[in-house]
Amino acid sequence: MAAQVFAYIEHKDGVADDTALELISAAQKIYPDALITAFVTGAGADLDAVCNDLAVSYPEVWKFDNEALAYPNAEVIRKLLVAVLPPDAVVLVPHDTFGMDLSPGLSIKLDSVFVSDTVDFEGFEGDNLKVIRQEFSGQVSTHVLADISAGAVINVRPGVFQPDESKSAAGQVVDKSSEIGELSAARRFLEIVEAEAGDVDITKEDILVSVGRGIEDQDNIEIAQELAEAVGGVVSCSRPIVDAKWLEKARQVGTSGQTVKPKVYMALGISGSFQHLGGLKGNPFIVAVNKNPKAPIFQVADVGVVEDLLDFVPVLTEKIQEGK
Amino acid sequence: MEILVCIKRVPDTAENEIEVSSAGTDIERDDLVYSVNEWDNYAVEEAIQIVDNVGGAVTIVSLGDEESEEIIRREMAMGADNGILVSDDAFERSDGKGVASILKAVVEKGNYDLILTGAQADDGAGQIGGMLAAMLDVPYASVVNTIEVLNDAQLKIGREIEGGNQEMNEIALPCVLSIQTGINEPRYVGIRGIRKVASVDIPVLGAADLGIDAAGVGESGARVKRIDYFVPQLGEGAEILEGSNEEVAEKLIDLLKAKGGIK
Repeated sequence: MAAQVFAYIEHKDGVADDTALELISAAQKIYPDALITAFVTGAGADLDAVCNDLAVSYPEVWKFDNEALAYPNAEVIRKLLVAVLPPDAVVLVPHDTFGMDLSPGLSIKLDSVFVSDTVDFEGFEGDNLKVIRQEFSGQVSTHVLADISAGAVINVRPGVFQPDESKSAAGQVVDKSSEIGELSAARRFLEIVEAEAGDVDITKEDILVSVGRGIEDQDNIEIAQELAEAVGGVVSCSRPIVDAKWLEKARQVGTSGQTVKPKVYMALGISGSFQHLGGLKGNPFIVAVNKNPKAPIFQVADVGVVEDLLDFVPVLTEKIQEGK
Repeated sequence: MEILVCIKRVPDTAENEIEVSSAGTDIERDDLVYSVNEWDNYAVEEAIQIVDNVGGAVTIVSLGDEESEEIIRREMAMGADNGILVSDDAFERSDGKGVASILKAVVEKGNYDLILTGAQADDGAGQIGGMLAAMLDVPYASVVNTIEVLNDAQLKIGREIEGGNQEMNEIALPCVLSIQTGINEPRYVGIRGIRKVASVDIPVLGAADLGIDAAGVGESGARVKRIDYFVPQLGEGAEILEGSNEEVAEKLIDLLKAKGGIK
Protein backbone atom coordinates (compact mmCIF):
# COMPACT_ATOMS: atom_id res chain seq x y z
CA MET A 1 0.00 0.00 0.00
CA ALA A 2 1.26 3.42 -0.85
CA ALA A 3 2.11 5.67 2.06
CA GLN A 4 -0.48 8.24 3.08
CA VAL A 5 0.65 11.80 3.71
CA PHE A 6 -1.46 14.72 4.94
CA ALA A 7 -0.71 18.27 3.81
CA TYR A 8 -1.99 21.12 5.94
CA ILE A 9 -3.29 23.82 3.59
CA GLU A 10 -3.03 27.51 4.45
CA HIS A 11 -5.40 29.83 2.64
CA LYS A 12 -6.73 33.35 2.73
CA ASP A 13 -9.70 35.08 1.06
CA GLY A 14 -10.66 31.93 -0.83
CA VAL A 15 -7.20 31.31 -2.31
CA ALA A 16 -4.76 28.58 -1.27
CA ASP A 17 -1.25 29.68 -0.27
CA ASP A 18 1.66 28.94 -2.66
CA THR A 19 2.81 26.29 -0.17
CA ALA A 20 -0.26 24.15 -1.00
CA LEU A 21 1.37 22.86 -4.21
CA GLU A 22 4.88 22.90 -2.76
CA LEU A 23 3.79 20.36 -0.14
CA ILE A 24 2.79 17.91 -2.91
CA SER A 25 6.33 18.08 -4.28
CA ALA A 26 7.74 17.65 -0.77
CA ALA A 27 5.51 14.62 -0.07
CA GLN A 28 6.57 12.99 -3.35
CA LYS A 29 10.22 13.58 -2.45
CA ILE A 30 9.59 11.56 0.74
CA TYR A 31 7.46 8.82 -0.89
CA PRO A 32 7.42 8.92 -4.72
CA ASP A 33 4.06 7.07 -4.71
CA ALA A 34 2.55 9.00 -1.79
CA LEU A 35 -1.24 9.19 -1.47
CA ILE A 36 -1.58 12.81 -0.51
CA THR A 37 -4.59 14.24 1.26
CA ALA A 38 -5.12 17.98 1.62
CA PHE A 39 -6.34 18.93 5.09
CA VAL A 40 -8.33 22.16 4.89
CA THR A 41 -10.09 24.02 7.68
CA GLY A 42 -12.18 27.17 7.41
CA ALA A 43 -15.71 28.40 6.96
CA GLY A 44 -18.23 29.10 4.24
CA ALA A 45 -17.80 30.01 0.57
CA ASP A 46 -14.10 30.88 0.87
CA LEU A 47 -13.40 27.36 2.14
CA ASP A 48 -15.43 25.77 -0.68
CA ALA A 49 -13.52 27.78 -3.29
CA VAL A 50 -10.16 26.67 -1.84
CA CYS A 51 -11.22 23.01 -1.65
CA ASN A 52 -12.50 22.96 -5.24
CA ASP A 53 -9.23 24.50 -6.49
CA LEU A 54 -7.17 22.01 -4.49
CA ALA A 55 -9.03 19.02 -5.93
CA VAL A 56 -7.35 19.81 -9.25
CA SER A 57 -3.97 18.91 -7.71
CA TYR A 58 -4.81 16.68 -4.73
CA PRO A 59 -6.46 13.26 -5.16
CA GLU A 60 -8.35 13.81 -1.92
CA VAL A 61 -9.31 16.99 -0.06
CA TRP A 62 -10.64 16.78 3.50
CA LYS A 63 -12.86 19.78 4.23
CA PHE A 64 -13.63 20.91 7.79
CA ASP A 65 -16.23 23.69 7.72
CA ASN A 66 -17.09 25.45 10.96
CA GLU A 67 -17.50 29.12 12.02
CA ALA A 68 -14.99 28.46 14.84
CA LEU A 69 -12.38 27.65 12.15
CA ALA A 70 -12.89 30.88 10.17
CA TYR A 71 -9.59 32.22 11.51
CA PRO A 72 -6.75 29.67 11.74
CA ASN A 73 -6.04 29.50 15.48
CA ALA A 74 -3.35 26.83 15.86
CA GLU A 75 -4.57 25.96 19.36
CA VAL A 76 -7.97 25.00 17.94
CA ILE A 77 -6.68 23.32 14.79
CA ARG A 78 -4.19 21.18 16.74
CA LYS A 79 -7.09 19.72 18.69
CA LEU A 80 -8.99 18.96 15.49
CA LEU A 81 -5.98 17.27 13.86
CA VAL A 82 -5.38 15.08 16.91
CA ALA A 83 -9.03 14.02 16.90
CA VAL A 84 -9.35 13.07 13.23
CA LEU A 85 -5.92 11.99 11.92
CA PRO A 86 -5.28 8.25 11.70
CA PRO A 87 -2.59 6.83 14.02
CA ASP A 88 0.98 7.10 12.73
CA ALA A 89 0.00 9.84 10.25
CA VAL A 90 2.71 11.74 8.39
CA VAL A 91 1.69 15.41 8.30
CA LEU A 92 3.39 18.17 6.31
CA VAL A 93 2.96 21.79 7.42
CA PRO A 94 4.46 24.98 5.94
CA HIS A 95 7.20 26.34 8.22
CA ASP A 96 5.86 29.83 8.76
CA THR A 97 4.39 31.61 11.77
CA PHE A 98 1.36 29.29 11.68
CA GLY A 99 3.43 26.12 11.33
CA MET A 100 5.73 27.26 14.14
CA ASP A 101 2.63 27.73 16.29
CA LEU A 102 0.95 24.42 15.41
CA SER A 103 3.50 21.71 14.81
CA PRO A 104 5.80 21.20 17.83
CA GLY A 105 2.81 20.68 20.13
CA LEU A 106 1.01 18.60 17.50
CA SER A 107 3.90 16.11 17.45
CA ILE A 108 3.63 15.71 21.23
CA LYS A 109 -0.12 15.17 21.13
CA LEU A 110 0.22 12.64 18.27
CA ASP A 111 3.23 11.04 19.96
CA SER A 112 5.15 11.28 16.70
CA VAL A 113 8.47 12.87 15.79
CA PHE A 114 8.78 16.52 14.76
CA VAL A 115 11.24 17.75 12.17
CA SER A 116 11.34 21.52 11.82
CA ASP A 117 12.11 23.74 8.84
CA THR A 118 13.13 21.00 6.40
CA VAL A 119 14.66 21.94 3.03
CA ASP A 120 15.13 18.51 1.39
CA PHE A 121 14.65 14.77 1.83
CA GLU A 122 17.08 12.05 0.76
CA GLY A 123 15.13 8.81 1.10
CA PHE A 124 15.15 6.28 3.92
CA GLU A 125 17.66 4.39 6.02
CA GLY A 126 15.43 1.71 7.54
CA ASP A 127 12.61 3.48 9.38
CA ASN A 128 14.58 6.69 9.37
CA LEU A 129 13.79 9.46 6.91
CA LYS A 130 16.96 11.32 5.92
CA VAL A 131 16.24 15.03 6.07
CA ILE A 132 18.27 18.13 5.26
CA ARG A 133 17.99 21.15 7.54
CA GLN A 134 20.04 24.26 8.11
CA GLU A 135 21.55 25.58 11.31
CA PHE A 136 23.37 28.73 12.44
CA SER A 137 21.31 31.11 10.29
CA GLY A 138 21.93 29.01 7.18
CA GLN A 139 25.74 29.01 7.49
CA VAL A 140 25.85 25.20 7.63
CA SER A 141 23.48 22.37 6.71
CA THR A 142 22.90 19.06 8.48
CA HIS A 143 21.56 15.63 7.68
CA VAL A 144 19.02 14.50 10.23
CA LEU A 145 17.65 10.98 10.66
CA ALA A 146 14.06 10.95 11.89
CA ASP A 147 12.32 7.72 12.87
CA ILE A 148 8.90 8.30 11.29
CA SER A 149 7.63 4.73 11.76
CA ALA A 150 5.15 5.92 14.41
CA GLY A 151 4.16 9.03 12.46
CA ALA A 152 5.70 12.45 11.94
CA VAL A 153 4.95 16.13 11.82
CA ILE A 154 7.30 17.70 9.27
CA ASN A 155 7.53 21.44 8.77
CA VAL A 156 8.59 22.33 5.22
CA ARG A 157 10.33 25.61 4.41
CA PRO A 158 8.19 27.69 2.05
CA GLY A 159 9.60 28.40 -1.41
CA VAL A 160 12.05 25.48 -1.50
CA PHE A 161 10.10 22.72 -3.24
CA GLN A 162 9.01 23.61 -6.77
CA PRO A 163 5.32 23.11 -7.47
CA ASP A 164 4.48 20.86 -10.41
CA GLU A 165 1.39 22.43 -11.97
CA SER A 166 1.37 20.12 -14.97
CA LYS A 167 -0.22 17.17 -13.17
CA SER A 168 -3.94 16.93 -12.68
CA ALA A 169 -5.30 14.75 -9.89
CA ALA A 170 -9.04 15.10 -10.61
CA GLY A 171 -9.53 14.64 -6.90
CA GLN A 172 -12.59 14.69 -4.72
CA VAL A 173 -13.59 16.93 -1.84
CA VAL A 174 -14.68 14.95 1.21
CA ASP A 175 -16.76 16.97 3.66
CA LYS A 176 -15.55 15.90 7.10
CA SER A 177 -17.33 18.67 8.98
CA SER A 178 -19.52 16.22 10.89
CA GLU A 179 -16.38 14.76 12.53
CA ILE A 180 -15.50 18.12 14.12
CA GLY A 181 -15.74 17.77 17.88
CA GLU A 182 -15.48 20.41 20.54
CA LEU A 183 -13.32 23.34 19.38
CA SER A 184 -12.75 25.51 22.44
CA ALA A 185 -9.25 26.68 23.31
CA ALA A 186 -7.60 28.65 26.10
CA ARG A 187 -6.25 31.10 23.52
CA ARG A 188 -8.75 33.30 21.75
CA PHE A 189 -8.04 35.20 18.51
CA LEU A 190 -9.01 38.87 18.76
CA GLU A 191 -7.90 40.75 15.64
CA ILE A 192 -5.16 41.42 13.12
CA VAL A 193 -3.36 44.74 13.52
CA GLU A 194 -2.03 45.78 10.12
CA ALA A 195 1.53 47.09 9.75
CA GLU A 196 1.88 50.85 9.83
CA ALA A 197 2.82 52.50 6.54
CA GLY A 198 6.20 54.27 6.55
CA ASP A 199 7.39 57.43 4.87
CA VAL A 200 8.69 55.42 1.89
CA ASP A 201 7.19 52.44 0.09
CA ILE A 202 10.13 50.09 -0.49
CA THR A 203 7.89 47.68 -2.42
CA LYS A 204 7.76 50.16 -5.33
CA GLU A 205 11.49 50.95 -5.59
CA ASP A 206 13.80 49.67 -8.35
CA ILE A 207 17.00 50.14 -6.37
CA LEU A 208 17.27 49.16 -2.72
CA VAL A 209 20.34 49.71 -0.57
CA SER A 210 19.66 47.35 2.28
CA VAL A 211 21.54 47.28 5.57
CA GLY A 212 21.90 44.53 8.17
CA ARG A 213 23.72 43.84 11.38
CA GLY A 214 27.07 44.64 9.71
CA ILE A 215 26.24 48.35 9.91
CA GLU A 216 27.10 47.99 13.62
CA ASP A 217 25.87 51.36 14.83
CA GLN A 218 22.90 53.63 14.25
CA ASP A 219 25.18 56.49 13.23
CA ASN A 220 26.53 54.36 10.37
CA ILE A 221 23.11 54.18 8.66
CA GLU A 222 24.19 57.46 7.07
CA ILE A 223 26.77 55.51 5.05
CA ALA A 224 23.96 53.54 3.39
CA GLN A 225 21.87 56.69 3.03
CA GLU A 226 24.67 58.39 1.09
CA LEU A 227 25.08 55.40 -1.22
CA ALA A 228 21.32 55.27 -1.79
CA GLU A 229 21.31 58.95 -2.74
CA ALA A 230 24.26 58.46 -5.10
CA VAL A 231 22.59 55.58 -6.97
CA GLY A 232 19.05 57.00 -6.85
CA GLY A 233 17.62 54.29 -4.56
CA VAL A 234 16.26 54.11 -1.06
CA VAL A 235 17.45 52.44 2.14
CA SER A 236 15.81 49.24 3.34
CA CYS A 237 17.01 46.81 5.99
CA SER A 238 16.93 43.39 7.61
CA ARG A 239 15.25 42.49 10.88
CA PRO A 240 18.01 43.28 13.43
CA ILE A 241 17.98 46.93 12.33
CA VAL A 242 14.26 47.20 13.10
CA ASP A 243 14.69 45.29 16.37
CA ALA A 244 17.31 47.87 17.36
CA LYS A 245 14.83 50.63 16.36
CA TRP A 246 17.37 52.20 14.00
CA LEU A 247 14.93 52.19 11.07
CA GLU A 248 11.16 51.88 10.96
CA LYS A 249 9.39 48.56 10.38
CA ALA A 250 8.09 49.68 6.97
CA ARG A 251 11.68 49.50 5.66
CA GLN A 252 12.20 45.86 6.66
CA VAL A 253 12.59 43.28 3.86
CA GLY A 254 11.58 39.73 4.77
CA THR A 255 8.71 37.40 5.54
CA SER A 256 7.91 39.35 8.68
CA GLY A 257 8.34 42.66 6.85
CA GLN A 258 7.84 43.76 3.24
CA THR A 259 8.01 41.70 0.07
CA VAL A 260 10.01 43.73 -2.46
CA LYS A 261 10.68 43.34 -6.20
CA PRO A 262 13.56 45.69 -7.05
CA LYS A 263 15.74 45.44 -10.15
CA VAL A 264 18.88 45.82 -8.05
CA TYR A 265 19.30 44.83 -4.41
CA MET A 266 22.44 45.79 -2.53
CA ALA A 267 22.74 43.75 0.67
CA LEU A 268 25.20 45.48 2.98
CA GLY A 269 26.19 43.51 6.08
CA ILE A 270 23.19 41.20 5.69
CA SER A 271 23.85 37.51 6.35
CA GLY A 272 20.89 36.35 4.24
CA SER A 273 18.60 34.27 6.44
CA PHE A 274 15.77 32.51 4.62
CA GLN A 275 13.28 34.77 6.37
CA HIS A 276 15.06 37.78 4.84
CA LEU A 277 15.40 36.24 1.37
CA GLY A 278 11.73 35.21 1.52
CA GLY A 279 10.85 38.89 1.13
CA LEU A 280 12.94 39.30 -2.01
CA LYS A 281 11.06 38.48 -5.23
CA GLY A 282 11.33 39.10 -8.97
CA ASN A 283 14.90 37.80 -9.38
CA PRO A 284 16.79 41.08 -8.79
CA PHE A 285 20.50 41.60 -9.43
CA ILE A 286 21.90 41.08 -5.94
CA VAL A 287 25.13 42.65 -4.72
CA ALA A 288 26.36 41.37 -1.35
CA VAL A 289 28.91 43.16 0.80
CA ASN A 290 29.83 41.17 3.91
CA LYS A 291 33.03 40.61 5.83
CA ASN A 292 32.04 37.00 6.56
CA PRO A 293 32.80 34.92 3.45
CA LYS A 294 30.56 32.14 4.89
CA ALA A 295 27.48 34.36 4.96
CA PRO A 296 24.64 32.58 3.09
CA ILE A 297 23.90 35.77 1.16
CA PHE A 298 26.92 34.98 -1.08
CA GLN A 299 25.15 31.79 -2.24
CA VAL A 300 22.26 33.73 -3.74
CA ALA A 301 23.99 36.98 -4.73
CA ASP A 302 25.16 37.67 -8.28
CA VAL A 303 28.17 39.68 -7.17
CA GLY A 304 29.96 39.61 -3.85
CA VAL A 305 32.46 41.81 -2.05
CA VAL A 306 34.12 40.19 0.97
CA GLU A 307 34.92 43.29 2.97
CA ASP A 308 33.67 45.28 5.94
CA LEU A 309 30.92 47.47 4.54
CA LEU A 310 32.09 50.34 6.75
CA ASP A 311 35.37 50.38 4.81
CA PHE A 312 34.07 49.56 1.35
CA VAL A 313 30.81 51.47 0.97
CA PRO A 314 32.23 55.00 1.48
CA VAL A 315 34.79 54.27 -1.26
CA LEU A 316 32.03 53.06 -3.59
CA THR A 317 29.85 56.09 -2.88
CA GLU A 318 32.71 58.48 -3.52
CA LYS A 319 33.58 56.81 -6.84
CA ILE A 320 29.94 57.00 -7.96
CA GLN A 321 29.73 60.68 -7.02
CA GLU A 322 33.01 61.37 -8.90
CA GLY A 323 31.62 59.74 -12.02
CA LYS A 324 28.52 61.89 -12.12
CA MET B 1 3.66 36.49 38.68
CA GLU B 2 6.15 33.63 38.81
CA ILE B 3 7.98 33.47 35.48
CA LEU B 4 10.40 30.83 34.24
CA VAL B 5 12.61 31.75 31.28
CA CYS B 6 14.43 28.97 29.41
CA ILE B 7 17.74 30.09 27.91
CA LYS B 8 20.49 28.47 25.84
CA ARG B 9 24.18 29.16 25.40
CA VAL B 10 24.96 29.30 21.68
CA PRO B 11 27.77 30.34 19.32
CA ASP B 12 27.09 33.94 18.38
CA THR B 13 26.51 33.84 14.60
CA ALA B 14 27.02 37.60 14.36
CA GLU B 15 30.53 37.20 15.75
CA ASN B 16 31.62 33.90 14.20
CA GLU B 17 32.22 32.26 10.87
CA ILE B 18 30.73 28.83 11.41
CA GLU B 19 32.85 26.12 9.80
CA VAL B 20 32.34 22.40 9.60
CA SER B 21 34.97 20.31 11.41
CA SER B 22 37.18 18.08 9.28
CA ALA B 23 35.29 14.93 10.40
CA GLY B 24 32.00 16.58 9.43
CA THR B 25 30.37 15.52 12.71
CA ASP B 26 30.40 18.94 14.35
CA ILE B 27 31.24 22.57 13.71
CA GLU B 28 34.68 23.90 14.65
CA ARG B 29 34.10 24.90 18.26
CA ASP B 30 37.61 26.14 19.15
CA ASP B 31 37.78 29.94 19.23
CA LEU B 32 34.02 30.38 18.92
CA VAL B 33 32.47 33.29 20.77
CA TYR B 34 29.49 32.04 22.81
CA SER B 35 26.68 34.10 24.23
CA VAL B 36 23.10 33.77 25.39
CA ASN B 37 20.77 33.03 22.46
CA GLU B 38 19.55 36.43 21.23
CA TRP B 39 15.82 35.53 21.37
CA ASP B 40 16.22 34.28 24.94
CA ASN B 41 17.77 37.57 26.01
CA TYR B 42 14.63 39.40 24.85
CA ALA B 43 12.53 36.84 26.77
CA VAL B 44 14.47 37.55 29.97
CA GLU B 45 14.07 41.31 29.55
CA GLU B 46 10.33 40.86 28.99
CA ALA B 47 10.00 38.72 32.12
CA ILE B 48 11.84 41.30 34.21
CA GLN B 49 9.61 44.10 32.90
CA ILE B 50 6.45 42.11 33.70
CA VAL B 51 7.63 41.43 37.25
CA ASP B 52 8.60 45.10 37.65
CA ASN B 53 5.00 45.98 36.77
CA VAL B 54 2.94 43.35 38.54
CA GLY B 55 5.30 41.80 41.09
CA GLY B 56 6.58 38.24 41.37
CA ALA B 57 9.91 36.66 40.50
CA VAL B 58 11.90 35.63 37.43
CA THR B 59 13.74 32.31 37.37
CA ILE B 60 16.26 31.50 34.66
CA VAL B 61 16.90 27.91 33.64
CA SER B 62 19.48 26.64 31.19
CA LEU B 63 20.12 23.11 30.02
CA GLY B 64 23.78 22.62 29.18
CA ASP B 65 27.23 21.99 30.57
CA GLU B 66 28.86 23.94 33.40
CA GLU B 67 29.82 26.72 30.97
CA SER B 68 26.14 27.66 30.79
CA GLU B 69 26.41 28.95 34.34
CA GLU B 70 28.04 32.09 32.93
CA ILE B 71 25.01 33.03 30.82
CA ILE B 72 22.62 32.30 33.70
CA ARG B 73 24.66 34.72 35.81
CA ARG B 74 24.62 37.29 33.03
CA GLU B 75 20.82 37.16 32.81
CA MET B 76 20.56 37.33 36.60
CA ALA B 77 22.66 40.49 36.44
CA MET B 78 19.90 41.96 34.25
CA GLY B 79 17.55 41.53 37.19
CA ALA B 80 16.33 37.92 37.25
CA ASP B 81 15.87 36.59 40.78
CA ASN B 82 16.88 32.93 40.56
CA GLY B 83 18.96 30.67 38.36
CA ILE B 84 18.95 26.93 37.77
CA LEU B 85 21.51 24.97 35.75
CA VAL B 86 20.22 21.67 34.43
CA SER B 87 23.16 19.46 33.60
CA ASP B 88 23.78 15.75 33.30
CA ASP B 89 25.81 13.60 30.90
CA ALA B 90 22.60 11.65 30.29
CA PHE B 91 21.02 14.78 28.76
CA GLU B 92 23.63 15.20 26.03
CA ARG B 93 22.41 14.89 22.43
CA SER B 94 18.76 14.97 23.43
CA ASP B 95 16.36 15.74 20.57
CA GLY B 96 13.72 18.46 20.87
CA LYS B 97 11.32 16.18 22.63
CA GLY B 98 14.04 15.14 25.08
CA VAL B 99 14.89 18.77 25.90
CA ALA B 100 11.20 19.63 26.36
CA SER B 101 10.66 16.66 28.69
CA ILE B 102 13.65 17.68 30.83
CA LEU B 103 12.30 21.24 31.07
CA LYS B 104 8.86 19.85 31.93
CA ALA B 105 10.41 18.20 35.00
CA VAL B 106 11.94 21.56 35.96
CA VAL B 107 8.59 23.33 35.56
CA GLU B 108 6.87 20.76 37.75
CA LYS B 109 9.33 21.39 40.59
CA GLY B 110 8.17 25.02 40.72
CA ASN B 111 4.90 26.89 40.60
CA TYR B 112 5.08 29.05 37.50
CA ASP B 113 2.33 31.18 35.97
CA LEU B 114 4.23 31.95 32.80
CA ILE B 115 7.01 30.17 30.93
CA LEU B 116 9.01 31.98 28.25
CA THR B 117 11.44 30.66 25.65
CA GLY B 118 13.11 32.34 22.69
CA ALA B 119 11.28 31.83 19.38
CA GLN B 120 14.30 29.87 18.13
CA ALA B 121 17.98 29.25 18.80
CA ASP B 122 21.08 28.15 16.88
CA ASP B 123 19.47 25.09 15.28
CA GLY B 124 16.55 27.17 13.98
CA ALA B 125 13.96 24.55 14.95
CA GLY B 126 11.82 26.74 17.22
CA GLN B 127 10.28 23.67 18.80
CA ILE B 128 10.90 23.61 22.56
CA GLY B 129 8.19 26.04 23.70
CA GLY B 130 5.40 24.38 21.72
CA MET B 131 6.45 20.90 22.85
CA LEU B 132 6.70 21.97 26.48
CA ALA B 133 3.23 23.56 26.41
CA ALA B 134 1.72 20.39 24.91
CA MET B 135 3.43 18.22 27.52
CA LEU B 136 2.14 20.48 30.31
CA ASP B 137 -1.27 20.68 28.64
CA VAL B 138 -1.29 24.49 28.79
CA PRO B 139 -1.92 26.98 25.96
CA TYR B 140 0.92 28.18 23.74
CA ALA B 141 1.66 31.09 21.46
CA SER B 142 4.75 31.47 19.26
CA VAL B 143 6.66 34.50 17.92
CA VAL B 144 5.15 36.81 20.53
CA ASN B 145 6.06 40.49 20.16
CA THR B 146 3.84 42.17 22.78
CA ILE B 147 2.59 41.05 26.20
CA GLU B 148 0.02 42.90 28.29
CA VAL B 149 -1.06 41.47 31.65
CA LEU B 150 -4.85 41.75 31.79
CA ASN B 151 -5.35 40.11 35.20
CA ASP B 152 -4.17 37.15 37.28
CA ALA B 153 -5.64 34.70 34.81
CA GLN B 154 -5.12 36.24 31.37
CA LEU B 155 -2.67 37.95 29.07
CA LYS B 156 -3.26 39.89 25.88
CA ILE B 157 -0.48 39.02 23.46
CA GLY B 158 0.57 39.96 19.94
CA ARG B 159 2.12 37.44 17.56
CA GLU B 160 4.30 38.64 14.72
CA ILE B 161 2.83 37.13 11.56
CA GLU B 162 3.69 37.48 7.88
CA GLY B 163 3.83 40.87 6.17
CA GLY B 164 4.66 42.85 9.31
CA ASN B 165 1.14 42.32 10.68
CA GLN B 166 0.35 41.43 14.25
CA GLU B 167 -2.15 38.83 15.45
CA MET B 168 -3.75 39.76 18.77
CA ASN B 169 -4.93 37.03 21.16
CA GLU B 170 -6.12 36.54 24.70
CA ILE B 171 -4.42 33.61 26.39
CA ALA B 172 -5.13 31.97 29.73
CA LEU B 173 -2.46 31.51 32.40
CA PRO B 174 -0.53 29.37 33.00
CA CYS B 175 0.86 29.28 29.48
CA VAL B 176 4.05 29.04 27.44
CA LEU B 177 5.09 31.82 25.04
CA SER B 178 7.99 31.89 22.58
CA ILE B 179 9.41 35.39 22.29
CA GLN B 180 10.38 37.19 19.08
CA THR B 181 13.28 39.64 18.92
CA GLY B 182 12.33 43.32 18.99
CA ILE B 183 9.64 42.88 21.68
CA ASN B 184 11.65 45.23 23.93
CA GLU B 185 15.10 46.75 24.25
CA PRO B 186 17.16 44.42 26.46
CA ARG B 187 19.09 46.32 29.11
CA TYR B 188 22.85 46.56 29.04
CA VAL B 189 24.73 44.47 31.56
CA GLY B 190 27.91 46.05 32.87
CA ILE B 191 30.83 44.48 34.71
CA ARG B 192 29.44 45.88 37.96
CA GLY B 193 26.13 44.11 37.44
CA ILE B 194 27.87 40.80 36.81
CA ARG B 195 30.04 41.29 39.91
CA LYS B 196 26.95 41.74 42.07
CA VAL B 197 25.70 38.26 41.22
CA ALA B 198 29.13 36.62 41.06
CA SER B 199 28.66 34.74 44.32
CA VAL B 200 24.95 33.93 44.02
CA ASP B 201 24.35 30.21 44.35
CA ILE B 202 23.08 28.56 41.16
CA PRO B 203 21.85 25.04 41.92
CA VAL B 204 22.70 22.27 39.45
CA LEU B 205 19.99 19.67 38.80
CA GLY B 206 20.62 16.32 37.12
CA ALA B 207 18.42 13.43 35.98
CA ALA B 208 18.12 11.95 39.50
CA ASP B 209 17.19 15.34 41.05
CA LEU B 210 14.47 15.78 38.45
CA GLY B 211 13.19 12.20 38.57
CA ILE B 212 13.97 11.70 34.88
CA ASP B 213 14.58 8.26 33.41
CA ALA B 214 17.90 8.67 31.63
CA ALA B 215 16.95 6.15 28.94
CA GLY B 216 14.13 8.39 27.69
CA VAL B 217 16.36 11.41 27.07
CA GLY B 218 19.80 12.07 25.62
CA GLU B 219 21.04 10.16 22.61
CA SER B 220 19.33 6.89 23.64
CA GLY B 221 15.89 8.56 23.76
CA ALA B 222 16.26 10.59 20.58
CA ARG B 223 14.15 9.67 17.57
CA VAL B 224 15.45 12.67 15.63
CA LYS B 225 19.23 12.64 15.28
CA ARG B 226 21.63 14.97 13.53
CA ILE B 227 24.27 12.83 11.83
CA ASP B 228 26.56 15.37 10.20
CA TYR B 229 27.22 18.96 9.18
CA PHE B 230 28.06 20.11 5.69
CA VAL B 231 28.28 23.34 3.74
CA PRO B 232 25.26 23.93 1.51
CA GLN B 233 25.64 24.84 -2.13
CA LEU B 234 22.37 26.53 -2.92
CA GLY B 235 23.26 28.03 -6.25
CA GLU B 236 26.27 28.91 -8.32
CA GLY B 237 27.21 31.49 -5.76
CA ALA B 238 28.26 35.08 -6.20
CA GLU B 239 31.08 36.21 -8.45
CA ILE B 240 33.47 37.56 -5.82
CA LEU B 241 35.15 40.79 -6.90
CA GLU B 242 38.83 40.91 -5.98
CA GLY B 243 41.30 43.76 -5.64
CA SER B 244 41.74 46.92 -3.61
CA ASN B 245 38.57 48.66 -2.44
CA GLU B 246 39.04 51.24 -5.20
CA GLU B 247 39.42 48.56 -7.89
CA VAL B 248 36.45 46.59 -6.60
CA ALA B 249 34.33 49.75 -6.45
CA GLU B 250 35.13 50.52 -10.11
CA LYS B 251 34.26 47.00 -11.24
CA LEU B 252 31.05 47.12 -9.24
CA ILE B 253 30.05 50.50 -10.69
CA ASP B 254 30.34 49.06 -14.23
CA LEU B 255 28.12 46.13 -13.26
CA LEU B 256 25.58 48.35 -11.51
CA LYS B 257 25.35 50.64 -14.53
CA ALA B 258 24.69 47.64 -16.78
CA LYS B 259 21.92 46.37 -14.47
CA GLY B 260 20.19 49.70 -13.88
CA GLY B 261 21.60 50.00 -10.37
CA ILE B 262 22.69 53.61 -10.83
CA LYS B 263 20.17 56.17 -11.94
